[in-house]
Amino acid sequence: MSARDNILQRLRAAPQGTSPLAPDVRAFHLACSAGAPVSTRAARIELFCEKMAFWHGEVVRVTRETWPQKLAQLCATKGVRSLLHGESYAAVLTGAGIGGLKPYDRPVEEWKQELFEDTDASLTSTRGGIAETGTLIIWPDANEPRLMSLVPPIHFALLDAGQLYDTLFAAIVGQGWSASMPTNALLVSGPSKTADIQVTLAYGAHGPKELIVLLLVDEEEMQ
Amino acid sequence: MNAQPLNFVPASEFKARAAAAVSDPHLRKSFRGAMDFLIGKRAAQFPDADLLERQRGLAEHIRKYSLARLPELLEQLERKLTENGVQVHWAENPEQANRIIIEIARRHSTRLMVKGKSMVSEEIELNHAMADAGMEALESDMGEYIVQLDGEKPSHIIMPAIHKTKQQIARLFAEKVPGAGYTESVDELIGIGRAVLREKFMTAEVGLSGVNFAVAETGTLCLVENEGNGRMCTTVPEVHIAITGIEKVVEKLEHVPPLFGLLTRSATGQATTTYFNLISGPRKPGEKDGPREMHLVLVDNGRTQAYSDEQLRSTLQCIRCGACMNHCPVYTRIGGHAYGTTYPGPIGEIISPHMLGLAATHVLPTASSLCGACGEVCPVRIPIPDLLIRLRGEAQHDARPGHAPMLGQGAAKSGLADAIWAGWAAMYTRPALYRAFGWLATRFRALTPPMQSGWTVSRTPLKPAKRTLHEEMAARRRG
Repeated sequence: MSARDNILQRLRAAPQGTSPLAPDVRAFHLACSAGAPVSTRAARIELFCEKMAFWHGEVVRVTRETWPQKLAQLCATKGVRSLLHGESYAAVLTGAGIGGLKPYDRPVEEWKQELFEDTDASLTSTRGGIAETGTLIIWPDANEPRLMSLVPPIHFALLDAGQLYDTLFAAIVGQGWSASMPTNALLVSGPSKTADIQVTLAYGAHGPKELIVLLLVDEEEMQ
Repeated sequence: MNAQPLNFVPASEFKARAAAAVSDPHLRKSFRGAMDFLIGKRAAQFPDADLLERQRGLAEHIRKYSLARLPELLEQLERKLTENGVQVHWAENPEQANRIIIEIARRHSTRLMVKGKSMVSEEIELNHAMADAGMEALESDMGEYIVQLDGEKPSHIIMPAIHKTKQQIARLFAEKVPGAGYTESVDELIGIGRAVLREKFMTAEVGLSGVNFAVAETGTLCLVENEGNGRMCTTVPEVHIAITGIEKVVEKLEHVPPLFGLLTRSATGQATTTYFNLISGPRKPGEKDGPREMHLVLVDNGRTQAYSDEQLRSTLQCIRCGACMNHCPVYTRIGGHAYGTTYPGPIGEIISPHMLGLAATHVLPTASSLCGACGEVCPVRIPIPDLLIRLRGEAQHDARPGHAPMLGQGAAKSGLADAIWAGWAAMYTRPALYRAFGWLATRFRALTPPMQSGWTVSRTPLKPAKRTLHEEMAARRRG
């Protein structure tokens, strides 16, 4: 008998007891929000900004027209010499006059050293955000690989305010995650941090030291 | 402490280590301070007691439901992961688990394995087995890196280096990290660790991680972390090996948010962690990073014993938040190392007997005042105090009728104790004998020995009163 068979056999031999009904997470959320008004786009934006700030993430409001220029400004202010990006943004970033553009265009093995030691910042898109916890939803793919949001010390993330969900549960259901999980999906709330030395919080543990969210809003939502 | 496998630190010497720990003012201060901090942070996350109870109810329900269907869910998880290109392995004990991991590492001519936080890898003493096989296993969680550098073991499952002051860490780095100067700045210390470990992430052939939740319907492994080292370990090296206990599986993705929300809030008082990493497979053709090969090792190591008893099964509801430790008056005073087991504190007291047997661990369930704090804060409502009492009984007696004996059943059985209790019962059920005993004990109280074994180590000797209660009551009635 294999280890697998032995383990499964021991589990199946155990007394069954009463089997609970399937948990209803949706009903739980409905019950908890009963009586409360449905959240508005404005409320979600406000809550997201507040929570992201709590995690030391910076939120900058931009519009579809202005974000490349805003990014160029931020890169200049922060002294970014090289910006890693997905190939699909190449044209728009070049158009904004950002220098040191570096498309993620080959397997990591071919340029690992450069990625780790000579890449100041990265820009990724996001699939949405979670207002309740100030969280970005990032689904890496061939165009924007996994390490983009992890290795460079500064991470810029483009978030469409229309893709803000109230809760993680709402995002999972609303975006139909269970039918289409990518090889790697990520929730990111702020720059990396640790409190492992005497419970003193320090940012920039192993991942980015700064997270800047470019929040795409409508003209009238700019402040 | 030393880097010996923990299983070689006899749990039977628990009392000696506990005594040493309570007399160490630095250790007491570190733990008291850190636990007070974590207790406060957790409490701030749960301002609404009614809501918390509903959340705990849902989380308990999800865990109980998952456990009730455990064999089917494990098979479903295996099927989905295999479809996703992940190789699934099963291990009944630490030896099998180590063998599986070492074989994979050898196949890839591994010199260095970087590890994200995994308590199960501590449980199987993987670092030791890797060293024996001539390969380095390096911890990359900042806290774990620090304790490994000092040849120690974690003293808390969430905050591994909580027993160390920053001065101790400053000295450690200055001494052990090439090129590092002495600094007590926490930011600079973290910077040193970051620089050393980034170099290692780049060169390691294999990355190893634990699993917080495994989702059967999608074949997804969820990892919770703040630092990013878990993402490094699971993304940069050519091979990713995940290791987990068989109890971590849930059926659906939508069952994860309620557990995740309670885990981070209960553990460190955070509404969420920096990263929640959901991994469903290795690099696909066309993708430019991520591991090319991925494995999951499912470990039993005594969990099926807990599963086989309906009451003890609730032990497996645990989501490893550590709140029971943070709130335990015993843990706070003696720290994590005194227990001598991978999992310290209340959860360790109820899970270790299944992993190591009662012969080695029967003293652990007695390391509790049964104050009930652990059970009250447990986000998945494990009745820890009830399980402590149950395990105390199992250590003292034969298995209950109809129950298979536990590993080490009756290990703390004592003929003398049994005889004393039998004598007491005989006397207590015979009034004449009881009165005679009472009269003798009160009249000859001067003969009570001043040294009363364990009792007088830290207490004044017990001495009968001058008159029995019966006599006092009779005198009172006479007025």
